[in-house]
Amino acid sequence: MKYAFYPGCVARGGAPELYDSAIAVMKRLGIEHLELTKAACTGAGVLQEKNRKMGDILNVRTFAMAEQMGLPIMVLCSTCQGVMSQANHRVKQDPEYLAEINRHLSEEGLEYKGTTSIKHLLWALIEDIGLDKLRETFTRELTGINMAPFYGCYMVRPSEALEFPTNPQRETSLEDLIESVGGNVTDFAGKTACCGFPILFINQANSMKMVANHTGTAKDLGADAMVTPCPLCHLNLDGYQPKARRQVRGDKADLPVIHVPQLIGLAMGISEKDLGLQKHIVSTKEIVRKAKDAPVLA
Amino acid sequence: MAANSETMKVNLKIKRFDPAESGGKTWWQEYEVDIHPDSTVLDSLIEVREQNDGTLALRCACRASICGSCGMKVNGSAKLVCKTRVVDVAPHGEKLIIEPMGNQHVVRDLVVSLDTFFDQINRVEPYLQPSFVPEKGEYTASNESMENLLTSMNCIMCGCCVSDCTVLEVDANFIGPAALAKAWRFTEDPRDAKRSERLEKLNNEDGGIWDCTRCMKCVEVCPKGVAPMDRIMELREDAIMAGNTNTSGYHHTESFYKSVKKNGRLDETRLAIDSAGWTNIPRLLDLAPIGLAAMRRGKLPPVLPHKAEDNQKVKDLYKRVEDED
Repeated sequence: MKYAFYPGCVARGGAPELYDSAIAVMKRLGIEHLELTKAACTGAGVLQEKNRKMGDILNVRTFAMAEQMGLPIMVLCSTCQGVMSQANHRVKQDPEYLAEINRHLSEEGLEYKGTTSIKHLLWALIEDIGLDKLRETFTRELTGINMAPFYGCYMVRPSEALEFPTNPQRETSLEDLIESVGGNVTDFAGKTACCGFPILFINQANSMKMVANHTGTAKDLGADAMVTPCPLCHLNLDGYQPKARRQVRGDKADLPVIHVPQLIGLAMGISEKDLGLQKHIVSTKEIVRKAKDAPVLA
Repeated sequence: MAANSETMKVNLKIKRFDPAESGGKTWWQEYEVDIHPDSTVLDSLIEVREQNDGTLALRCACRASICGSCGMKVNGSAKLVCKTRVVDVAPHGEKLIIEPMGNQHVVRDLVVSLDTFFDQINRVEPYLQPSFVPEKGEYTASNESMENLLTSMNCIMCGCCVSDCTVLEVDANFIGPAALAKAWRFTEDPRDAKRSERLEKLNNEDGGIWDCTRCMKCVEVCPKGVAPMDRIMELREDAIMAGNTNTSGYHHTESFYKSVKKNGRLDETRLAIDSAGWTNIPRLLDLAPIGLAAMRRGKLPPVLPHKAEDNQKVKDLYKRVEDED
């Protein structure tokens, strides 16, 4: 498998362990990835509040780069996935709009014909590699570990732009992945809700309630960890969990929030250091210990 | 409906609520009914009420997704049950979980009070406020401008968006998606003379346009394509264009826009400080412990931001687009 790799700003900034763990996992799987080093940020839906067209132009520019390489784009972030999928959906539906954007890109020698697909690592593992093939790379069965899925809004909505109708497996992708490593899914209503990150700097009180409710509820239901495909959710649910839990519930941060490739990496037997698990704010020691004690696969 | 070869079974697990018991009593009750394969979820609930349990309270009227009376949660998300076919939500005969809408006061079983909903709508002064009244005839608007308003005017006030709003779950003071989409309908109407006052109020008010998390739940559950969050995003853009630049939300957006222009990438450190405000000492101090904790773990964003390779191309692109606009 080969992808035009778009790690996103956060995997190269506030969540470097996501980048490192994704590279480690892709290496084990023999996934080739050519990083789109010249591509711009997606705008995360924030830049679009000021100028949606500018956001679409920046994203179409990235699609055109991948199209020239003849490769699908792989992302590591729910927000990148959603914002790119929405932009792709808009321009594919409106040839006139695409022509206008291409006019802006022509000075750089770029033109987008509308053929690029965008896939989060989570979807690529399920749809392109396949869970059976993925399991062949595992060295441990993470039985007895309870994990709560947390998708990130942009990984589940709007379902049409994310092509859920033709890819129904995407709806349960995180649960399916947790089960593939041998873990138990701790299901809870908040799994497709907002983590509070987008309003962290705007209405912190609301943001903290969201963090405390999601992590507290998952813990109450018996989760040992939360797994997310979104580094922005991770930043809030992990980084602000101590403050949120103290302020809102009067208890302590006790739920590690791990990235998708870290979960896969633990099942592959990759060291916690190579997965960057020591870089989390909420301690991951207990989940690492449980993974190490898990039955070894023949 | 009597079971025969043309019927199918549907299993329903319904959240019940009886206010008469002291403090109200909530419980789950399960039913199995035979329905025609083309039936809607509403048909099956009516079948329960008529054949199994006359005490089940639910509200419905038109049965054609026009009146907006039958909003409730099916498998965790709000839907008009008259528009929802059983085979679409339970294709393999799965049990359907039916609950009253969220974020609203439950009167009995599946019936919620609309008081919260209309309190929110009333907050945005949902009526035209023109600066003059024509001496005779109607005050008409162009077809084009009315077509623009259709997205919001399609709202049937069912409350589905309010039910699933993730902000209202934690903050009852948020104006909410339905009312903000309604507010947009008046800021966009060329006959309304209060556009700038409306935008200023929505910008400044606690629970106003900047409190939306952009989670898109309202877009996903709206049965009429109103896409309330898209309307809220337009209100933000309009508020900024009208000169409302006093909010953290504005500074956040502006910083993001400039950061990508300058570096091709997001400068996370700068974004946090810009959003807090460079002179807002309490908020900057509030950021410090988080920053220090991140630094200790080796995950503080770089002080010098990452740049996209050859980021001059992004700057040039910005310039071309901005010059044209």
